[in-house]
Parts: sequence; structure tokens; C-alpha cells
Amino acid sequence: MTSKRSDVISARKLGLTFQTNDGPVQALSDVDLTIGKGEFVSFIGPSGCGKTTFLRVIADLEKPTSGTISVNGMTPEEARQKRAYGYVFQAAALYPWRTIERNVALPLEIMGHSRSEQRERVNRTLELVNLTGFEKKFPWQLSGGMQQRASIARALAFDADLLLMDEPFGALDEIVRDHLNEQLLKLWARTDKTICFVTHSIPEAVYLSTRIVVMSPRPGRVTDVIESSLPRERPLDIRESPEFLAIAHRVREGLRAGHSYED
Amino acid sequence: MMSFRDKIWPVSAILLVLLVIWYAGAILMNAPFQRDLNRRGDVDVTFSQFVGQTLSQQKPTLPAPHQVAKNVFENTFLRKVTSNRSLVYHSWVTLSSTVLGFAFGTALGVLIAVGIVHIKALERSLMPWIIASQTIPILAIAPMIIVVLAAVNVTGIIPKAMISTYLSFFPVAVGMVKGLRSPELTHLDLMHTYNASKAQTFWKLRVPASVPFLFASMKVAVAASLVGAIVGELPTGAVAGIGSKLLAGAYYSQTIDIWAALVAGSVVAALLVTIVDLTGRLVERAMGARPA
Repeated sequence: MTSKRSDVISARKLGLTFQTNDGPVQALSDVDLTIGKGEFVSFIGPSGCGKTTFLRVIADLEKPTSGTISVNGMTPEEARQKRAYGYVFQAAALYPWRTIERNVALPLEIMGHSRSEQRERVNRTLELVNLTGFEKKFPWQLSGGMQQRASIARALAFDADLLLMDEPFGALDEIVRDHLNEQLLKLWARTDKTICFVTHSIPEAVYLSTRIVVMSPRPGRVTDVIESSLPRERPLDIRESPEFLAIAHRVREGLRAGHSYED
Repeated sequence: MMSFRDKIWPVSAILLVLLVIWYAGAILMNAPFQRDLNRRGDVDVTFSQFVGQTLSQQKPTLPAPHQVAKNVFENTFLRKVTSNRSLVYHSWVTLSSTVLGFAFGTALGVLIAVGIVHIKALERSLMPWIIASQTIPILAIAPMIIVVLAAVNVTGIIPKAMISTYLSFFPVAVGMVKGLRSPELTHLDLMHTYNASKAQTFWKLRVPASVPFLFASMKVAVAASLVGAIVGELPTGAVAGIGSKLLAGAYYSQTIDIWAALVAGSVVAALLVTIVDLTGRLVERAMGARPA
């Protein structure tokens, strides 16, 4: 394998077949992909295309059945044991019996940080996602968008260089989503993390990413990888520029070429 | 939330209906004996006098509510609590073995649940026995526990408490197995991404997630414990406790005493369930539960 030092994720001929009651389902087939440090890569495709499965393989939440994958040059399991990544789920998945600050402190408790270190990191990450002042609130007292921001703070709290996000804004309304997209870009610019972002929204993928991976189902595979020519600095109205629309058009074409819209 | 006043009316209405039915029942059921008595004594009474007689017998078939109330009042407030006629004394005896048995039962139930959740083999081997244990009639097994333990010189509160334990561990075990398995998949996945140890996942996720299940099952268990303690008192030779009071009342046809003991038992049961319920609410409030 020719993995460079700066490669965060490197997959070769990666495949995963689930054994279900209706017979085997090929969730991933022959995925070749390399993601470099500091990239913002979106995975887009209809449901069943394996985008979430790919993210879960990186996170060692699923085991591949063929091919190889390395995360920071290690196996996903080793990377997980080294706490190489923070994972943001589709639902905020905050523990309802913990306040916001104690939710953010959860990974820090598990990883054995000292009390003062915990407090310092919680304050820092809550400030990063604009939730200062909500430390003592319980999750149900916050809106859906705020809950998702808290879960992002939780994923950032232990300084993993890799952030895996599985449709984190999928359940939020468009206005909140725009706002969070903008905040996420700022956060990415400030922290220089590598972000893998699963979505099924074309504008979201184009707006956020340096690279867009288009996937298609049955079997789940990569059909196109699109480099974004947009600058790193992206105001929200960049989405009306011809350049943006051209990339969005290419993504849509890629999805169509993968027969994604057929049933 | 409904105000206290909104709740009190429906409850009082039902209570009133029950009292009317109770009085009617008492008059009807005590009438044959009274009629017999009056005929033999050759006493002639008016209808209202007759009704008064049926409601003031010494050993009525069905005592009237005011007779029971009077008995409960006298034996609760007018006697020294150390007297063996005091309902407070008997309730205390039953209460202490109920609480002891309930504590044992809850601990045992939690222990079994923790074992079942963590060791696959235990679920297959233990679960059928646990379920089978609850199909044996407690009335059949209670005297045997008392007798066997008495043979090895264990008497007093422990045998009775063991019967309470026998009845109360089951709901706690079943509830806690469910509670410890209640965390959502994403909450478990999250622990996995942190590379959390089994113990960390247990204390930081499974235990807090199981708390509502624990209190729900403890409410059932505490009521079962009381039943166990009373049943345990029946074959102990009627020394003390609500159970012995029931038995003594039955021997000597002291129906009013039986009903008074029944009232005492209900008060104890209501007290115990309320305490568990309030504790549960306080704990869940402290754990950030949304106020209903």
C-alpha cells in the first residue's frame, strides 16, 4: 500500500457484505479512497449507498469483509483505541441524565482527564460551538440545533484530529442547518481537523467540502470523486455563484449516472 | 398537573358510594343472626332499632365501617405502642421484616440482573428457574421455610424477611434486566468510539439508564414484600405482626379485629409504595427528568 505520511484515511478495494435473512447485502464494494490531512470530504448518495457504512468502518463500528483500510496508518481498531476520531451521530445522542457540560465531559471522564483539565476543555469546546451559558441545562431544555452543537462539542472535547459526522444536520430545519453549516466551516478553519461528512443534501455537500465523494447503491460503491474549486473562505451567498452551481450540477450528474434515482 | 382539589372530589365520590354499599351489606348480612337473637329473647323492636342492632354486634358477620374505624382508632392511638393489642406494635413488627426482606430482595434482584446482562450462560441457566420460582404458591413454601429455618435455630425476623425476599427479588430482577439493556444503540456506539471499558459503559450508561426501571419494579416489589411478611407470620404460631392479628381474629371470630388488621396492612402498604414512589421521583428529578 502506498500510503503517504499525510494520509489520514486510505481504503483499497474495501468491501463489506452484511448477511441478512434475505441473503447477503453488499453495503460496500471495491471502494478505493484516500483522504489527506485537513481535508473536508463529503459523502453523498441515496440511502443504501453505503456512505454511513463507510464512516462506521473508519470508526471500527463495522468490520470490512474484504480489502484494506488504514486510519492514521493503523487499523481502524488501533485508531479507535488511540481515540483518533470524534464521531457525531445523526441524532445528538446526548445522555438525558447528564447536563450539557457533563455530556461534553463524558469522553474526558472515560479517557481519564483530571477534573481541572475537564472543566477547561468543556469551557473551551462549548465556546467553540457557541453554547457558553448552557452548561447546567439538561438536553431536553435545548432546541434540536443546540443539542446537535453540544454533541459536536463532545466530539471535539478530546482533540481528535479526525471528525466523523453522519448526517449531523439531517433532522434540522433549513434555517438552522444553514447556520450550523456556516459555523462548522469556521470551526474547521480554526482547528485544522480532517472532517468526513455524510449527507444527502447536494447544496450542503458542495458548500462544505474540499472534495465530494458521490456514491451509489446496490452494491454500495463510489461513482465519482469531485474536487471543489471553491475557495476555503465561503460566505453563505457563495451558493448562488456560477462556480457553486457548476459543482452542484456535476454532483447531480454523478448521482444520476450511478442510477441512484431509479428504483 | 391536576390540582389537589380536582383530584379529591372523584376519590371522595367513590369512597361515599363504597361506604353506602358497605353499610347496606352490613345490615343485610348481620340481619339473620340478629333476627334469630331477637326471636329467642322474645324482643320486639322497631325497624330503626333493628338496623341499629345489626350495626353494633360484638362479632358481626360483616362489621360496619364505624365499628372498624373505632377499633382502629382505639388500638392505634389509645394503647401504648408496646402493648400487644396495639396496631402500631403489630404494624411495626410486620413493617420491619417487610423492609428487611425488600432490601434483600432488591439487592438480590439487581445482582441477578447484572449477572444475566453480562454473562450469556446465566440468562439461559438462571432465567427458567427464576420464573419457575414464582409459580410455586407462596402459601405452600412459606411454612416450610419457617420450619426448616427453625430447625437450624434461625427464628424471628429472618425467616419472615426471607419470604419477602423470595417474592420481591423477581420483579426487580426482571425490571433491571430490561433497564440495563435499555440504552439506545447510538448511546452504546458512542461508548465504543471512546474505547470505554465494560465497567465504564456499565456505570456511566447502563446504570443511569436503568434507574426508571428500578423504581418501577421496586414499587411492585415493596407491595409483594408486605404480602410475603404477612404470609410469613401466619404459620409462626401467631406471636406478633399483622398476619398473626389476622389469624388470631379468625380463631376467635373477632371479625372487627380482622378488619382492623386489614386496614393497618393497607395503611402500611400505601405508606411503603408512597415512599418508594417519592424517592423515585426525587432521584429522577435530580437526574434531569423533564417534570411531567
